[in-house]
Amino acid sequence: MSMTRSLRLWHYFTRYIDSFLLFSILLVMAVGLATLYSATGGNLTRVTNQAVNMVAALVIMWLVANIPLQHMMRLALPIYVVGLILLICVTLFGEINNGARRWLDIGITRIQPSELMKIAVPLMMAWYFDKHETTLRTRDYVVATMLLFLPAALILRQPDLGTTLLIISSGFYVLFLAGLSWRIMIGLVIAGAGSLPLLWSMMHDYQKQRVMTLFDPAQDALGAGYHTIQSSIAIGSGGIIGKGWQNGTQTHLDFLPEKSTDFIFAVFSEEFGIVGNSLLLVLYLVIIGRGMVIAANASTQFTRLIAGSITLTFFTYIFVNIGMVAGILPVVGVPLPLISYGGTSMVTMLLGFGILMSIQMHPKLVKT
Amino acid sequence: MKRTIEIRDHLSELHHFQNRLAISAGFVLFLFLILFARFFYLQVLESTRYHTLAEANRISISPIVPNRGLILDRNGNVLAQNYSAYTLEFVPSKLADFEATINELATIIPIKEIDRRRFKKLMEESNKFESLPIRTRLSEEEVARFAANSYRFPGVEIKARLFRQYPKGKSASHVIGYIGRINHKDLARLEANKGLANYKGTNHIGKIGVEQSYEKELHGIAGFEKIETDSAGRKIRVLSRTPPVSGNNLTLTLDTKLQEIAERAFGDRRGALVAINPNNGDVLAFVSKPGFDSNLFVNGIDFKNWDRLNNSIDRPLNNRALRGVYPPGSTFKPFMALAGLELNLRTPGYVINDPGYYQLPGSNNRYRDWKADGHGKVNVHKSLVVSCDTYYYELANELGIDNISKFIGRFGLGKKTGIDIEGEASGLLPSREWKMRRHKQKWWPGDTISIGIGQGYNLATPLQLAFATSIIANKGTAFRPHLVKRIQNSKTGEIFERAPQILYQLNLNPDNLAIVRNALIGVTKTGGTAAKAGVGAGYTFAGKTGTSQVISIKQGEKYDEDAINERHRDHALFIAYAPAENPSIALSVLVENVSHGSSAAAPIARQVMDYALLGKLPANMEEKPVDGNRENEHD
Repeated sequence: MSMTRSLRLWHYFTRYIDSFLLFSILLVMAVGLATLYSATGGNLTRVTNQAVNMVAALVIMWLVANIPLQHMMRLALPIYVVGLILLICVTLFGEINNGARRWLDIGITRIQPSELMKIAVPLMMAWYFDKHETTLRTRDYVVATMLLFLPAALILRQPDLGTTLLIISSGFYVLFLAGLSWRIMIGLVIAGAGSLPLLWSMMHDYQKQRVMTLFDPAQDALGAGYHTIQSSIAIGSGGIIGKGWQNGTQTHLDFLPEKSTDFIFAVFSEEFGIVGNSLLLVLYLVIIGRGMVIAANASTQFTRLIAGSITLTFFTYIFVNIGMVAGILPVVGVPLPLISYGGTSMVTMLLGFGILMSIQMHPKLVKT
Repeated sequence: MKRTIEIRDHLSELHHFQNRLAISAGFVLFLFLILFARFFYLQVLESTRYHTLAEANRISISPIVPNRGLILDRNGNVLAQNYSAYTLEFVPSKLADFEATINELATIIPIKEIDRRRFKKLMEESNKFESLPIRTRLSEEEVARFAANSYRFPGVEIKARLFRQYPKGKSASHVIGYIGRINHKDLARLEANKGLANYKGTNHIGKIGVEQSYEKELHGIAGFEKIETDSAGRKIRVLSRTPPVSGNNLTLTLDTKLQEIAERAFGDRRGALVAINPNNGDVLAFVSKPGFDSNLFVNGIDFKNWDRLNNSIDRPLNNRALRGVYPPGSTFKPFMALAGLELNLRTPGYVINDPGYYQLPGSNNRYRDWKADGHGKVNVHKSLVVSCDTYYYELANELGIDNISKFIGRFGLGKKTGIDIEGEASGLLPSREWKMRRHKQKWWPGDTISIGIGQGYNLATPLQLAFATSIIANKGTAFRPHLVKRIQNSKTGEIFERAPQILYQLNLNPDNLAIVRNALIGVTKTGGTAAKAGVGAGYTFAGKTGTSQVISIKQGEKYDEDAINERHRDHALFIAYAPAENPSIALSVLVENVSHGSSAAAPIARQVMDYALLGKLPANMEEKPVDGNRENEHD
């Protein structure tokens, strides 16, 4: 009797949770905790901290999953506006940390508004497209693009190249999925390529250095190239099956930089080899695949675009992070989703999954 | 109607979306494949290379310096040993202002002026990344005091190192030699000999003397530790250890006591003495005066001391016994006499009447005897006892330069003896060919005359004279003179005794030899030129005096008047062996710039003989062993 009741209660609480997605996420999180344990040399405090981050993020995911989609739509515009105002505040009064102005002190705590924008921008754009669904014209794409580039420009100025790229890509995915014509996209690519020299001239020296380093890490082996060289050595020396959990020499002898945050993939790769890497990629693919299924089944333009954008942005995190650690992309501060140490990105990530679950599990909206 | 259109729009929109989503999925798969390809490249194709890189990252090989072998004298007295001590070191180029650091260090640990001077010299001689000691031999208290303040001195380290020490200091320093810090030249030589790997971690190398020539034996084989290090180079653990093999211990033929007596016998005079056991070539004493303290060189000599030693008019760094060349003077005569007898140009009964000079037939040129009114009737015996010049002028003329250089060359004059230390001079025994080669001139009969009394072009080192004397002493056997008697393998304890090496045998007529040997005994008896030195010897003492003329002094050297005059004086020479019947010691003595030839050199030989044969100590030496471990504070 009590069993059935608690079971019912459980079902009630988890009725908006997509168990398939949750299970996959939990698997990757477990891999993350194990890797972090090794990366920190068995530092249980850090592992516990990360577990707490995960639990908090899961709670947020649960909360978001319970928000009906209508509410979410209504929230899109206010969140975006608030985020934009906060970004402007950062530009004006933000705290400078490590040469970048990213944080805003709001009295109780410090927040990083650019993190909020990762969700707010696609939400806003999807909302916009949904609103103008029946009459999509070129003008709408231009407006949507403006909605994207305004915050992106502010974040780039902080400067935060990693976040800017992620926001631009999440916005681009909305544009792409909303049916931006190939002609315009090709035009954009050409325009983008044409503006590369301009972009290059606007980039900070350290950013240029990172790009240069990508082409020849050895030219600055102890400086900017050090990260890439050491992480490539870690990955390469892992071989087929890796050196075994907690046996990575690059990791445990401190040759790897940022080994519990942005470069944690090198730790995993050194200890589990190409077999481990492939399994992890498959695991990520499963999550991405589920996200795409959710997007494909979504009933409205808003939910489709949001689900697609969140899924593809998740993929972008993975690709940019691993590409950087494996030495095929420049070093930009993008964490490995669900694995890198840190609460902020964990929350952002699971917030996105919460939205996906809400889209999948709530009764479909029907166009009236 | 409107509604259907909307639905159719809706459907086409959905279709459009799913189309785009499918493209995205393809895009995702494609990029994941790129990642996989990259993994395949790194972890499969290039795995070996990266594995090696990772190993190179973590494993560093650290050399363990072997203990240098000891050097002992023939009686087991220590001549060179090691002690371990703490040094205070840093790499000057890694500090922003090393002078300031030294000043700062001086506030907690005494740093003397000499330490600073030595440090500066070391800096000039070493490469940029070498760790150099500002202080050596720190006391326990100094180590503790630095340790308590070490946080103030990043980059400055206390290191435990092995040091070389020469307990006898100045005694036999030219023979024992010294080790010094490895310089560029040493490095080049090591590289050429493919010996560089063995010297990783070694800072010092033998520079002269036995320390140099037996470097291979003394150094040992470096050990290695494979160490796992982290990215900061900190030692995590030792993976494997190959222990070093200590250098071998050398026992020299030298007798420290005899050496000491010989050195003391010189007093303040400059000169050289070489004593050889004629029965096996053992070098018993090898003196070059003045000497220097080998200990000064070990940790780098400072400018002041270096300047004092290197620019001294007395040339204390010059090994006179090995490298100093002097006209042998009358010590040449016994060999001339033997040549005359052996080549049948003279018989024991042949007598000349010495008027005090010799005149070449057909020439007015007179060659003077040292005794102006002559020695009267002189046979070969008397010619040696009184050192008659005229006898040998005539003999030289009759022998001719070819016979002289050929016959006397067999006694080792004019070529290196092959002693086991480096830098030996070959002296000069002139010949027709040599003059043509060197001076592009033909040989004149007049050139030969002064050769007969050991002057002219003749030049010999004290070592060569001792070697030649030993051949007369042992009746014709040439043993290679050597300094190392025994090598003990430090690992196995195995002892390698060096067998006497016979270079060649001279087949001399025993009768002729007896004539010369008797005459040499006569030299130390009443009427002989070294009669005074022979008085009261409890053994038969054979010898020959000599004087070597100082020909010229370099122009333009700024010596003060007295010094010039002093240095124009002749050198005194003496060769000897005893007991004359069955000699156990043969020697040569050279004393530079003394006014009266034989009187200076022979008494030194006598003191050495007295100790070697009778164990008798000279009057000025107390009856106690030579001071063993004197401290070497040298400033």
